[in-house]
Amino acid sequence: MIRAEHIVKSFDGRRVIDDVSVAFETGKTNLIIGRSGSGKTVLLKTLVGLHTPDEGRVWYDQTDFTALTFRDRKAVRKDIGMIFQGGALLDSSSVEENVKLPLDLFTRQSEAEKLERVNFCLRRVKLENANHLYPAELSGGMIKRVAIARAIVLNPKYLFCDEPNSGLDPQTSIVIDNLIHEITHEYNITTIINTHDMNSVMEIGEKIVYIHEGRKWWEGTKDDILHADNPELNAFVFASAMAKRAKAAVR
Amino acid sequence: MLRLFAPIGRYFILMAKVFSRPEKAAIYRRRIIYEMEALGVDSIGLTAIISVFIGAVITLQMCINLESPFIPRSLVGYATRETMILEFSSTVVALILAGKVGSSIASEIGTMRITEQIDALEIMGVNSASYLILPKIVAAVLFFPFLTILSIVIGITGGWAISYLTGIMIPADYVDGLLMDFRPYSITYSLIKTAVFAYIIASVSAFFGYYAKGNSLEVGAASTRAVVVSSVVIMIFNLMLTQILLI
Repeated sequence: MIRAEHIVKSFDGRRVIDDVSVAFETGKTNLIIGRSGSGKTVLLKTLVGLHTPDEGRVWYDQTDFTALTFRDRKAVRKDIGMIFQGGALLDSSSVEENVKLPLDLFTRQSEAEKLERVNFCLRRVKLENANHLYPAELSGGMIKRVAIARAIVLNPKYLFCDEPNSGLDPQTSIVIDNLIHEITHEYNITTIINTHDMNSVMEIGEKIVYIHEGRKWWEGTKDDILHADNPELNAFVFASAMAKRAKAAVR
Repeated sequence: MLRLFAPIGRYFILMAKVFSRPEKAAIYRRRIIYEMEALGVDSIGLTAIISVFIGAVITLQMCINLESPFIPRSLVGYATRETMILEFSSTVVALILAGKVGSSIASEIGTMRITEQIDALEIMGVNSASYLILPKIVAAVLFFPFLTILSIVIGITGGWAISYLTGIMIPADYVDGLLMDFRPYSITYSLIKTAVFAYIIASVSAFFGYYAKGNSLEVGAASTRAVVVSSVVIMIFNLMLTQILLI
């Protein structure tokens, strides 16, 4: 479980995250949703330690992550996998080298063992025979799948995904969503996904937190979200023409 | 004043991070070899072309300007050798490499910053500054002295070739000049300067790339700043090292 307690984060005097407290559950796909600029990426980066909160604490199970030094955080970081919006693969490294990097840095496995693990993870994301391709040679969906393979190569306990579907077509988005969802259940990971894709919410959202203007506006499940009486949330959820039509049809 | 000193402070904080204990030596060895190829081997062609022409031009200029019966022709070879060793092959080549290698380092690391590749390394628990910058510094400091030696040899050969091909002077006189009053310390001085300049190019350029933010325009601006600042710092250190090592 990951818990955020009263997180406040400002940039240049502007409060981007304003007193957010929320718990993300183990073995579930937890979604942070909100409009662009609502502060959800800053919240995610604060949870993962890329930003230091001005106030508040972040707990990884029983460990107060915010109280740890850079060196002590290393132990927790080995349990963290993260999928960035653009994949963030190292351009100068092949698919295999990208996925193998955490193993090179943090394990004492032999080359054969590392290769076996890399191939297992690539098979898991359905990317066999892509070992020697470079990021520039991959499609958007393939980049995301390599990023997932790299994120899970060390068997993380916590998985963070920053808009994993951005730039992908709806069908590929569903493939990526389902992959993350399956991996979360398979390895009992605490997964936190940052998204504004309502398809993802309805497909895999087991716990949903709605962020608006830097504050937590609402939290619940995907079943609750359709019946919520929060006007800001409703405006977000039913923003698309398709959602409006679906709602009208249900009525 | 703060605008001047704040980046200097950040530079030293970054260098402290760069020189902290590396994660795994084997990974760094591989990266140093890769960087030697990217930063050093790929610069051999440019260094060779510039050096051969500069050596030839220095020889031509000396021949034209030292046209006097009281000045021995061998002085042309001597002047070419000293110019190449003392200034051109260390300082001028360093300025050229600041443009080629410096902009490449700044734009590579800057692009990694804006595409979140550096964040990805940090999330993995990797000291990104050390992982990305240290191999570049080590590769530059180890390899650039070879470029200097290469530049000296090719420049002097260029001078000999132009005297042979144009007949502007007798090549044997040129060779006599090359052997005149040679002090091996000049080579040591040149190599020390090159090592210092290599460190400046790699570290200053990496600094500007590492703290780049925003979009591709910002990466371009960071790359330009890296070249300008590296060049200015090289000139300042050239003056200081000459004062310290030669006087």
